[in-house]
Amino acid sequence: MSFLKVKGLHRRFGSVAALDGVDLVVASGSRTAIVGPSGCGKTTLLRMIAGFDVPDGGTITVDGVVLADAQNQLPAHKRGIGLVAQDGSLFPHLTVSDNIGFGLDRNFDGREKLVSELIDMVGLERSMLARKPEQLSGGQQQRVALARALARKPRLMLLDEPFSALDTGLRATTRRAVTEVLVAAGITTILVTHDQNEALAFADQVAVMRAGKFSQIGSPREIYARPVDAATARFLGEAIVLPADIADGFADCALGRVAVVGGARTGRADIMVRPEQIEVLAYGEDGKDVTGMASQIDFSGPSYDVTITTDAAAPFVMRLSLPSRNVLGEGDRVRLRVAGAAHVLSGPGSQ
Amino acid sequence: MTSSISHIAAPMIRRKRGISVSSWTFGIAVVVALLALLPFAFVIWATIATGPETAYRLIARPRVGLLLANTVALVLITVPICALLAVALAYLTERTDMPGRRLWAWLCITPLAVPAFVHSYAWIGLWPSLHGLGAGVAISVVAYFPFLYLPVAAAFRLLDPALEDQAASLGLSPAAVFRRVVLPQLRLSLCGGSLLVGLHLLAEYGLFAMIRFDTFTTAIVEQFQSTYNGVAAHMLALVLVICCFALIGFEAVLRGRNRYARLGSGVARLAGITRLGRWRYAAMLLPALVAVFALGIPAYTLTRWLVAGGAKIWRMDEIGLALSQTLLICVIGGLVTVLAALPVAWLSVRKAGRSSRLVESCYYLASSMPGVVVALALVTVTVRVALPLYQTVATITLAYVIMFLPRALVSLRTSIAQVPVELEQAAASLGRSPGRALLATTVRLAAPGAAAGMALTSLGILNELTATQMLAPNGTRTLAMAFWALSGEIDYAGAAPYAVLMVVFSLPMTWLLHHQSRKIAGR
Repeated sequence: MSFLKVKGLHRRFGSVAALDGVDLVVASGSRTAIVGPSGCGKTTLLRMIAGFDVPDGGTITVDGVVLADAQNQLPAHKRGIGLVAQDGSLFPHLTVSDNIGFGLDRNFDGREKLVSELIDMVGLERSMLARKPEQLSGGQQQRVALARALARKPRLMLLDEPFSALDTGLRATTRRAVTEVLVAAGITTILVTHDQNEALAFADQVAVMRAGKFSQIGSPREIYARPVDAATARFLGEAIVLPADIADGFADCALGRVAVVGGARTGRADIMVRPEQIEVLAYGEDGKDVTGMASQIDFSGPSYDVTITTDAAAPFVMRLSLPSRNVLGEGDRVRLRVAGAAHVLSGPGSQ
Repeated sequence: MTSSISHIAAPMIRRKRGISVSSWTFGIAVVVALLALLPFAFVIWATIATGPETAYRLIARPRVGLLLANTVALVLITVPICALLAVALAYLTERTDMPGRRLWAWLCITPLAVPAFVHSYAWIGLWPSLHGLGAGVAISVVAYFPFLYLPVAAAFRLLDPALEDQAASLGLSPAAVFRRVVLPQLRLSLCGGSLLVGLHLLAEYGLFAMIRFDTFTTAIVEQFQSTYNGVAAHMLALVLVICCFALIGFEAVLRGRNRYARLGSGVARLAGITRLGRWRYAAMLLPALVAVFALGIPAYTLTRWLVAGGAKIWRMDEIGLALSQTLLICVIGGLVTVLAALPVAWLSVRKAGRSSRLVESCYYLASSMPGVVVALALVTVTVRVALPLYQTVATITLAYVIMFLPRALVSLRTSIAQVPVELEQAAASLGRSPGRALLATTVRLAAPGAAAGMALTSLGILNELTATQMLAPNGTRTLAMAFWALSGEIDYAGAAPYAVLMVVFSLPMTWLLHHQSRKIAGR
């Protein structure tokens, strides 16, 4: 049930390739997040799907109809694709009500009723309809922008970092509210963001973009647990990458013997462990766990950061954030254990 | 104990100093404002002194009706044409891929370097029988459309392209986006520019006198020249001032109270460029046509007269004298105007409040008075109250201050706003008195703005004819006056060198105006 298909999309700005062969398939009614550092080309891709930019090569297809290739482009206003921009882009000279009804036919009878329904849908008071955008908070502006885009019942909704201008607390609640509305309306959605947590929390499918290409596309859990390479792993969250010898589904590394998944591979390779997988236990001579010493402790309330250096001849150093249940002291000795399996990164192992 | 003493003493000292500097400044600003409002006081006084019956008899006559009809028709036809032309040109030069956009943008502003009455002279030179409303409208459009082009082009540069993208994603065709999103955002600059053009039309004398088109201003000057300073002239001035107020009020209503600035944080992306495709080259026809009329005609006529006149029209003694007198009066006028604007400029940035805004609006209102009314007022006041000041440099300088103070104010305020107030405070903490701290930091750092303000004021003085003619000390003959006298004697060739000199000196200041408008727009 693929709905949007992007194939081999290219775009150059001068000597810089903003998009360098992008392929993406989005299922109908799903939520996709495109995540990447700033300048990776994700906004260019979004603008191309919306119809504000023209590809140098490749095609964009929605519902079997080609919207754009290098020769022909359907103009933005005929695509039926909704857009919510970073700061909402509400029209400053119009009221909230006129903003929401902006894309509707002015002679449409049910206009007022629909506008009222839309503002209910995004969870704002109807009394706000008469206000001007500048009288709304940032989160309210974003909800109005969403209502405005929903008014035309778009077949595809594009969200261009719509939460990044909001405060941390407001960001999560607005994101949840927007997700609920979009799911209820069953609209296929693409979110562009540089915030990996937001991408992982929002989407069914996450596409990680780097230097004009997707380095990996998959479900949030899949790409978090099994990133293709170290850079992708680090982009999606803290990652501990270590060289290991792999044999029979186990890896021997600085953290001892750890189970690995995707285990066809043997020999030297890099493995990745998420810091939350590492259990820090009280020191004891029993067992064959790796031991180490705590140093550089930074207490910050609910959690604290600590550097742990293993006792091996070639010590391995890592920085962990641990809950402040029992805070370690400088020089405390600890035992380390890895919970769950490590992920073997593709590519040659480092020495 | 010591801590409580310092706690009490320190604020007292600080408050006392604060009052002395800003209250001095405020006092000066108020005195300047009162002087600027002199023309109003004069019009009110003249109306009362004339008495209602005489006033009614003088105003309710066919002649005034004709002047009113002429003036209203002139404004109502010229301003919309200018607005349309300005929007089209600004769109082409700012938002399309028309070849040579920067050059065309220059050519759209350069007509400002040609004084309005020189435009008229150039058209008469080409078509000697030109006269009446049609000619008045045509010449006014080419002479004044840059006043609308400048703010509209700046507004185009400031538009947030995200809004246009948004409107397109909501299903609006490009034409509908322009009508429903772009035009509403141009409204402020269109209103402001239109007001400026309208006020110029009301105040202009030379342009219309040369093509024998009667407006209130030409009628007042004629009255003044024939009956000196009669009641009839005063009553015409009253009607003219009412026209100005009507225009200002109309603009305020049209402008409304809407907000048009960009919402949200961050800097807007640069606006997109519309690809004209096969119309790319055809689009150049519009600016080319405008350039032919606004620049080609003056250039052609002036060249023709210069060639025809040959060497004998360059009477260097007379031209040299006129040039030196003009430059002197420009420097004095520019300097005094900037000094007069300094207090209120500083107040409006550092101590913004209701009283400083009130004083500021007095200046703007005063400067919207036509030069002829200002001159009439100063003639009357000096003759009746302070005869020794009649036709002196002091009086004419005051006229220039009244007319051009806002030009200096705008430049000064922008540059003062860029000087952090902390510098003043740092200087004060290093032991300077508040006044000297101000001189050592803000005044010094705002010098480029002051220079720009002075240049813009001088541009106005250089091309000012009406008030200068009525107020200049005996024996003074500025470039504009000499040009006007010679062309009045139909010595068109003899007038040409003066016109050329005015254009040459205006050009760099026009460049400054362009530069400043781009800087205010932030690009």
